[in-house]
Amino acid sequence: MRQLSLMWSGLRRLGRMFSGLPLKAKIGVVILAIYILVAIIGPTLAPFDPSATISGQSLPRGLTGTHLFGTTATGGDVLSQVLVGTRSTVVLGLITGVIATALSVAVGMTAGYLGGYADEFLSLVANVFLVLPALPLLVVILGYMPHSGEMATAIVLSALGWAWGARVIRAQTLSLRSRDYVAAAREVGESTWRIIFVEIMPNEVGLIAASFVGTVLYAILTSVALAFIGVADLSHWSYGVMLYWAQNGNAVQLGAWWWYVCPGLAVALLGMSLVLINFGLDEISNPRLRTNAASARIGHRAWRPTDPTPVIRESAEVTR
Amino acid sequence: MKFVLRRLVFYVVAVWAAVTANFAIPRVMPGNAVDTMISRFPQLSPQSLHALEAEFGAGHHGSLLSQYFQYWNNLLHFNLGLSVSQYPSKVSTIIGQTLPWTLTLVGTATVISFVLGTLFGIVAAWRRGGWFDRLLPAFTLLQATPYFFLALLLIDLLALHIKLFPFGQGYSVGLTPGWNGAFVGSAITHSILPALTIILTSIGGWMLQMRNVMLTTISEDYVLVAQAKGLPARRVVFSYGARNAILPNIAGFALSLGFVVAGALVMEIVFSYPGIGLTLYNAVTSNDYPLLQGIFLVISLAVLSAALLADIAYVFLDPRARGGEAH
Repeated sequence: MRQLSLMWSGLRRLGRMFSGLPLKAKIGVVILAIYILVAIIGPTLAPFDPSATISGQSLPRGLTGTHLFGTTATGGDVLSQVLVGTRSTVVLGLITGVIATALSVAVGMTAGYLGGYADEFLSLVANVFLVLPALPLLVVILGYMPHSGEMATAIVLSALGWAWGARVIRAQTLSLRSRDYVAAAREVGESTWRIIFVEIMPNEVGLIAASFVGTVLYAILTSVALAFIGVADLSHWSYGVMLYWAQNGNAVQLGAWWWYVCPGLAVALLGMSLVLINFGLDEISNPRLRTNAASARIGHRAWRPTDPTPVIRESAEVTR
Repeated sequence: MKFVLRRLVFYVVAVWAAVTANFAIPRVMPGNAVDTMISRFPQLSPQSLHALEAEFGAGHHGSLLSQYFQYWNNLLHFNLGLSVSQYPSKVSTIIGQTLPWTLTLVGTATVISFVLGTLFGIVAAWRRGGWFDRLLPAFTLLQATPYFFLALLLIDLLALHIKLFPFGQGYSVGLTPGWNGAFVGSAITHSILPALTIILTSIGGWMLQMRNVMLTTISEDYVLVAQAKGLPARRVVFSYGARNAILPNIAGFALSLGFVVAGALVMEIVFSYPGIGLTLYNAVTSNDYPLLQGIFLVISLAVLSAALLADIAYVFLDPRARGGEAH
């Protein structure tokens, strides 16, 4: 009983957090939740074996009652492939997001808090990773190991995708470090780790969340692109692999739009949900981007009496 | 001075990292690049085999360190080796043939996308909440769609259904590349569709960044003062607002110029466009490691030179970067 009520209050808290989000983020969260649900139960929902073929069929068939989203050239059910492929794409995105964000937080906060030579060195490393062209490098690395699993791909994607987040988090840590409350904590004799994790990190949750969402989007788009050009394990269903087979089966030339539109739209909708969540997070952390505040129109331009006082932006810092 | 020194160290380390990654990847990866190639191309001459072994360290030609120095020495003499799939062409020749295609198409598309996106961003910020501003999320959503999916859709609609544009290759079959009307015209019509896809997918980023920085800038008091003293709106928008808000966009632009060489990888594959991205892809599928490495090196160096360009632009445009107190 007690556990049940605990669970209930936990759910209520989640619900309250959710209702506090801006509308855009709410839509994004709902779509993402659906994707995660499909990633979990998708394979049991699939009406057909995604790899099954219909003997004798050599052309893709359109939408019918049995095959709601049509079939591939060999008779594979597109709907089943989408349902089964969701898991691999979503999981790869989330794993990469977690690993890369953990790296970003570790490097960014260490560099920002310690400063000095540690900062110089870590920023240098981050900047180098930032200019390495990720997609060609991934093609080169994964081209050498063609049958690598998802985990290897996720690790390589994370290794190349942490630098941007690290830079943003470093800049924020740098500005938080000089606040009075941090100085007070230092004066009281708190340990460095406690200051970093208990005093500073909670104030960067929004930034870390945004960086996580951005990394997941990067991982999904990049992994789909990699699979599309054939640099992936093609025996394992994912959106990218579906698109690869559609491209190789000349889906566009044959007029079999369902074959590539279904997985393509699936990726686009997933990407859209992540972008919407990030819009919402932006609005939470930057009040100036909110639109619901009172505003007046003078000479075609919307003025807002509640504009907060200008904050010194470290744009030179953030963009370099 | 400290700023210049810091950037200098950065470039040295970045070039070193790119070259070393290029050297290390084929040696670290499982499988032997040379064996793969021998099995694929049994007709290779002994000299080229020898050259390959030297390049990938498969034979027993000295320690790893001496191979490393040999590799640098070759690079400094622009010796990128010979291609295997298009044997015996030099890697540098192949890159020289394909690079102009990519630079022209993606370069032009990037400039158009940047200029339009920045202008749209300015308008969206100034008329905040207007119909144009509300349209903005649609453009950013285009960024969340996989690039090649959009490209396939456009090919389906504009090239196959309406037959508005030709699709595939860089020019019509049967024409010989040269500076004549037929060829140039064909090359231009073949480039419209790929360029359109690049612009559509990248414009949202410029717009959003410009809009958000511009929003913060025009809420500053000096912009209000400029408007209150009756300056024409155009002057307030461009000389007071946009001029101060455009800095992050320009830095981003210089960086994206470097990715012009790299970012077009998928586009060129979808459109079979004869640029450097398609060549990289072909090199991967045919296990042409010398070509693969050469292209990756060129891409890395292009990105680095663009970063240098961004730095120089910053020093010119941002007094804080010049003053030295900027961090």
